[in-house]
Amino acid sequence: MKRLLCVLVAFALCAGALAAPKPTPPTSVPSESVYRLSVKLTDQHGKRFDWSQRRGKPQLVSMFYTSCRYICPLIVDSGKAVEKQLTPEEQERLGILLISMDPARDTPAALRSVATKRKLDPARWTLASPAQADVRKIAGVLGIRYRALADGEFNHTSALVLLDGEGRILARTEQMGAKVDPEFMAQVRRAVEQPESREPTRVRFTSSTNAGSGSLLPK
Amino acid sequence: MRRIVALALLLFPVAGLPAGNGDYVNLPGGSFRSALKYEDRKGDTRIAPFALMRKPVTNAEFLAFVQRHPQWRRDRVAKVFAEPRYLAHWTGPGALGADALPQQPVVQVSWFAAQAYCEAQGARLPTWDEWEYAAAADETRRDARRDPAWRERILRWYSRPSTQALPRAGLQGPNAYGVQDLHGLVWEWTDDFSALLVAADNRNQGDADNAKFCGAGALSMDDRDNYAVLMRVAMLSSLDAEDTTLNLGFRCARSTR
Repeated sequence: MKRLLCVLVAFALCAGALAAPKPTPPTSVPSESVYRLSVKLTDQHGKRFDWSQRRGKPQLVSMFYTSCRYICPLIVDSGKAVEKQLTPEEQERLGILLISMDPARDTPAALRSVATKRKLDPARWTLASPAQADVRKIAGVLGIRYRALADGEFNHTSALVLLDGEGRILARTEQMGAKVDPEFMAQVRRAVEQPESREPTRVRFTSSTNAGSGSLLPK
Repeated sequence: MRRIVALALLLFPVAGLPAGNGDYVNLPGGSFRSALKYEDRKGDTRIAPFALMRKPVTNAEFLAFVQRHPQWRRDRVAKVFAEPRYLAHWTGPGALGADALPQQPVVQVSWFAAQAYCEAQGARLPTWDEWEYAAAADETRRDARRDPAWRERILRWYSRPSTQALPRAGLQGPNAYGVQDLHGLVWEWTDDFSALLVAADNRNQGDADNAKFCGAGALSMDDRDNYAVLMRVAMLSSLDAEDTTLNLGFRCARSTR
């Protein structure tokens, strides 16, 4: 009885240690940052990474899926149109991240095929899939709505979301296509002005990070 | 031996359900005709068997949750997960007070917070289909939606001003499945609230916000007389995941085998 108790206690302690939050990044992620949502993405090269690794560089983010025939090519066009208006130096200071809402089918190979077909520079463009369970959470922080249709297509809103180097939303536009919303473009320019992430005008908030991994709760 | 089991449950609280939170009802599922019309979905919807909380989550239950997971306290929650009104009616970050009685359903919670609560239970939020299926029942019938008297009764609640204090959870009689308060108490989050794209899609660009509900909403309803469902859909389709409102709460669900 006593031994069983000891084992149970030891196991509980061990479980407690396992459940301890992962070490937080050196500087804490701001409270407004989308990177508070800890999600792992797998990109077109099969590399798995936490999206908070995009910190340090402003990002142009959108959601799409590779088998999409109508609006998604337009989303890529929109990203390209933004890129085209930037100087090579400015381009280097902007990351472009397209996140799939269809991870079941958007394997690295499927993502790579779009990247190749659309001639997307892998130095700047990342096409990536999250875990199925994280799709709606990512859509939640980005303000994107979608529904899977019976035929495998998705009904969805399209947006380009501009994040600062810390993952705070600076601007968004739902104007898709080769003509970029000028107000949005001005925000992109301002974001890439300096190599370091710009300090937004909003109040900086520094509480500890949400240490969850692929979850809204610490594991 | 029993004492050991009890002890084990104490030691591994995640393995057992927190007290007062384990009250789920099993629903058989089956073929269901949604009041929503989707272009891609013809005929009935298959609802897999699932379990649903008998009552919406209460203030007391949500308080216990934020105490165990302090990153969901209103003073610590990441701003990206909850707008400033999150739990603003509580007297303090860890205290309920006069405007949030323990047995009242918790409201002013964001979708992220509701998700996190259910995840902590090893559960999830119900899908819209599951919610609509469960809410089609009255006290005696699994599908009472054709009954004008029942519809009338539900609509009366919607016409009540939302400034009145909320009743306690669990005062209304259980429906045919044993679930309470699906109507007549609070609005509820669903897992896929952001799938309720009433305005078709954005292949037709333009003033999407305007078209998202109202007129377009009515067009997408298979059953235009079902105003109660229509209002729920219009409301959910207008929300962002960090939003909270004075009468929006939630309950959790689980898939069953």
